[in-house]
Amino acid sequence: MNNELLNTLNSIVANATPLVIASLGETITERAGVVNLSLNGSIILAAMVGFVAALVTNSALVGVLAAMFIGMLVALLVAAAAIELRQDQVAVGFVLTLLAADLAQFLGQSYTRIPGPQILNTPLPLLSDIPVVGPVFFRQTILVYISYALVIGLWYWLFRTRPGLAHRAIGERPAAAFARGTQVNRLRYIYTAAGGALVGLAGAAYSLSVKAGWATPPSMDGDGWIALAIVIFGGWHPFRVVLGAYLFSGLRALATVIQRTPGISIPIVLLNGVPWLLMIITLLLVSSGAIERLLRLLPRQVQGWSRNFLRSDPPAALGTRFEPE
Amino acid sequence: MLIEVRHIHKRFGPVHANDDISLTFPHGRIVGILGENGAGKSTLMKILSGYQSFDSGEILIDGQPVDYRGPLAAIAHGVGMLQQDPLDVAAFTVLENFVYGMPGGLRIPRRAARRRLAELTERLGFALDPEMPIAQLSIGQRQQLEIVRLLALGVKALILDEPTTGISAEQKAILFDALRQLAEHDQMTILLVSHKLEDVIALCHEVAVLRAGRLVGCRAMPATTSELVTMMFGQELPPVDRQSADVSAAPNVLTLDRLHLRGKRVTVADLSLQVKAGEVIGLAGLDGSGQELLLRACAGLLKPLHGRVIVGGEDLTGHPYRDFLRRGVAFSAAGRLEEGLIAGLTLTEHIALVTETGTLVDWERARRRTSDQIARYNVRGRPDSPVETLSGGNQQRLLMALMAEQPVLMALEQPTRGLDVDSSRWIWQQLLARRERGAAILFSSSELDELVTYSHRILVFYAGRVYPVDAARTTIDELGRLIGGHLDGA
Amino acid sequence: MKSQTLTAQAALTALPIILSLAITALLVMAVGADPREVFTLVWEGAFRDLRAVGQVVNFWIPLTLCSIGLVVTFTAGLWNIGVEGQMILGAVFASWAALTLDLPAPILVPVEILLAMLGGALWALLVGVLKVRLGVHEIFGGVALNALANVIAIYLISGPWQPPEGGSVRATPPFPAPALLPPLSDTFKVSLLALVIVVVAVVGVWLALRGTRWGLQLKATGKNARSAMLLGVPTGRSALSAFIVCGMLAGIAGSYRVLFTYNSLRPGVSGGIGFLGLLVVLLVANRALWAPLVAFAFAAVLGGSARLKIALQLDASLAGVLQGFLVLTALLSNGLRARLAPPTPISMIEEPAPQPIPAEAAHEQ
Repeated sequence: MNNELLNTLNSIVANATPLVIASLGETITERAGVVNLSLNGSIILAAMVGFVAALVTNSALVGVLAAMFIGMLVALLVAAAAIELRQDQVAVGFVLTLLAADLAQFLGQSYTRIPGPQILNTPLPLLSDIPVVGPVFFRQTILVYISYALVIGLWYWLFRTRPGLAHRAIGERPAAAFARGTQVNRLRYIYTAAGGALVGLAGAAYSLSVKAGWATPPSMDGDGWIALAIVIFGGWHPFRVVLGAYLFSGLRALATVIQRTPGISIPIVLLNGVPWLLMIITLLLVSSGAIERLLRLLPRQVQGWSRNFLRSDPPAALGTRFEPE
Repeated sequence: MLIEVRHIHKRFGPVHANDDISLTFPHGRIVGILGENGAGKSTLMKILSGYQSFDSGEILIDGQPVDYRGPLAAIAHGVGMLQQDPLDVAAFTVLENFVYGMPGGLRIPRRAARRRLAELTERLGFALDPEMPIAQLSIGQRQQLEIVRLLALGVKALILDEPTTGISAEQKAILFDALRQLAEHDQMTILLVSHKLEDVIALCHEVAVLRAGRLVGCRAMPATTSELVTMMFGQELPPVDRQSADVSAAPNVLTLDRLHLRGKRVTVADLSLQVKAGEVIGLAGLDGSGQELLLRACAGLLKPLHGRVIVGGEDLTGHPYRDFLRRGVAFSAAGRLEEGLIAGLTLTEHIALVTETGTLVDWERARRRTSDQIARYNVRGRPDSPVETLSGGNQQRLLMALMAEQPVLMALEQPTRGLDVDSSRWIWQQLLARRERGAAILFSSSELDELVTYSHRILVFYAGRVYPVDAARTTIDELGRLIGGHLDGA
Repeated sequence: MKSQTLTAQAALTALPIILSLAITALLVMAVGADPREVFTLVWEGAFRDLRAVGQVVNFWIPLTLCSIGLVVTFTAGLWNIGVEGQMILGAVFASWAALTLDLPAPILVPVEILLAMLGGALWALLVGVLKVRLGVHEIFGGVALNALANVIAIYLISGPWQPPEGGSVRATPPFPAPALLPPLSDTFKVSLLALVIVVVAVVGVWLALRGTRWGLQLKATGKNARSAMLLGVPTGRSALSAFIVCGMLAGIAGSYRVLFTYNSLRPGVSGGIGFLGLLVVLLVANRALWAPLVAFAFAAVLGGSARLKIALQLDASLAGVLQGFLVLTALLSNGLRARLAPPTPISMIEEPAPQPIPAEAAHEQ
């Protein structure tokens, strides 16, 4: 396999990583029955805060932690407004997505377009020497490795552990969860906060790695919406979500490659529309049931094993309130 | 385990749901809790099982006063309740549901849980596949799972809320056997909440009867139906005559021609049916056996795969719901606030929605009409009340008021679900008045006596298969067997 | 007791305004500026003289048009986030007429506005069809179509419609005079025609929602589409009509930006006004007549902030920060208000035993 292709695949994985992390974060939140629609703004604000914190302290780690904290804060606002104050989660999330983006631009105005700390690639020993797989997956930043661990860890958590049962139950049928002693609203806070922290981490992954630095307008603007769409495409299942993010990143890369191919002339501005067309198409695939029909072509045994993977229904209690008694 | 409740009071706003109730439930006995809707029996049971707090009074277990908040605390004291709609998670498998809520480590102990589940189900004669998703189980199976789960949690007293609604005769027999075994062999305390007298007569050792929040009587069984009815209502209800009108000369209002219907879980194949004006056809079967597919196809809400739907001589196959509505088909769904009424809109706005036809709405006229309908259908509410403030019975009355006065065909999903005897009778008076004016009625019900009482013909649905029965000749027992799948033995 | 609750209610109404101003002041201090100076600048920027007020009105006109359109979609229970894109498409359609049609002003201007309505409605209809017929949530459809509208506009500006001097992505050539909306006067630069359109739109929507069957059906669809359908409401058509009306109004708003504010088509022509309209509607809910008032306050902040960058080197996103905090705190204090009000747990009341039905009521048919 030639080097250029390996490099492209490597960058597809790298570019997909913030999407992976943000979508997994939102998956955690939505599996608990809460919609955090503020993703786009949260990511931007966390990216700014993460970059500035890293710049000021000259420590990428501090930047990452600050970004996670900001993401968590915004998510907790959504949770508190929904749980304590009984407000529409979509409305609060929407206001926050606009507010957070403006806040980032306003507070970050004196930090635009200056170089700052970056998280560099750390090839993993041994693993990075595996042919093909090594150069693509294991010559990446630590954030990418964290995203691998998150995928597997979240899958195990949701489908193989007892707390994972409670996690899913509060998003599916909170009354049943309550009857079994699960503290629905407290867990909803926890999972919304955890999901938000990952959204913040995704922001840091942009400003400290994938699209290093800070600029107005923010370079990652829009990706939060795409991450939300990937959660739907992914059927709220960690593996499918990751598949969606990689697919998305891959198609984006493909569009760039096609654009660069001599003999094909597509104005570069039109290329900016590709992700959004893809977003509509993927959502159409889900809503038309085409994905499920496609997956049903798999052999029966595989289907039984992968029932959770195939499901495209949102958590049944998504966006609803629960009040005990 | 001996459970005592002493002087329990519970109020919901102006309603005194439990008014000074004192009762004793000894171990090894099955006690029936009887009463019509709103009598307060569900409230009492929810208090006993920790789902609801109470205002004053006390609960004693084995002579010791207990104070528990929440269902989990009640289970820790050995009291578990099986809700009418079992509180399980549809997205889980049987095994996951069984394990969820049990104490233990991080990892789900699949092997051990599977063994325990098999052990318990075998002992009680239940059949449950651990890997089956809950969404694919019948209500009867979900009840079995819930009972097994509560037993695994060490429950010594079991409360069952209307457990025989929506399950087959076979499943009922299995359930009753299991309950008898638990009472006699394991010396458990079993409380059966029901408004079905035949269940109480068949199973219980004693009964307690509630009326309007008060305990009006306790007695040991056996007792006759009329004795129990007298206790429940304070008087004996006159029997309702079976329907026996001759409709053979009446015109056809609905023809179904070789209809194929596909639902999420069942498929109804090759169904042909002729319905005459003034005819009442009952659709029997467990929930999800295909009867709701037929009703929805008749109302244009479900497009058949093949075949034709002809209403009043006009082929409406594939037409939208509104065309059916215009041709005089009236449909009502089982869930009132989800499918029928619009929370947030007032009574007047509902009436305006169905009566106003011009571009502009004449609100004066709409309000007048609403006042008329409120008086006529005895709805307890004002024209400006939002519908969600009405009680269930009054919502059903409003739905009747919204229904066309002279429909050609009524397709009704469980029209009396959740209503007590009096309210159901009132609803049927309204329906039969429309029948007198020439409407045909297709209705589904999980109450066998309702089906036998009001239908001319009954169609029994089992897993999408349809079996016609002459309502005049059938019995409740036979119907129960047919619903359970004994179509060929009939 | 009663006056106490009244005071509490009044406090809860004032709270969001005070709180959002306070937070904004703190943030201004955080970036090293003086909040008093900033607020004075914004106030003067909005109301200094007739010219400044004219600027505010020029934000108010498209904002009110979007807001009033969004009242329609909100009534139908729809989150028409795609309003930005609908504005852009309106601007694009109007620009096409302005750049290519050689007609006298009395004909050209109505044609431009009608085309803008068509463009906005088409883009809205796309969101609507994705939602109603194909099951794609309108928020996602809207967000994607906003971005695509932007792409289309930028492509046109940098390609087919680029100025003859070549390669610019900043704007199309300025439109010829007959294509533009004339201002009222040199000191008060506001279009009379646009003002008339706004008044007609607000009053029209208000009346339509109150007194027509269409409005009632929209409301029913918004509250519970399933029940509304069973009661005979054509819910799909209802939702699509709401999208179309909102798209037409957003289209006019977009045309106003190109035919009056900028005199040309440029990237980001919508200027976030559509999103701002969503914030306005979150504050006013379905009360159509409140929309122009709240929109005016928002427009004043927006207009007043225009000179922040030049005068104080502060990013104009401060306006968005203030507006965002205002709506956020308003939502939160709504929640607080509901918590303080006496609860009415209707759903928990067990059905009371029904009264026996009087014989005449039961039998009267």
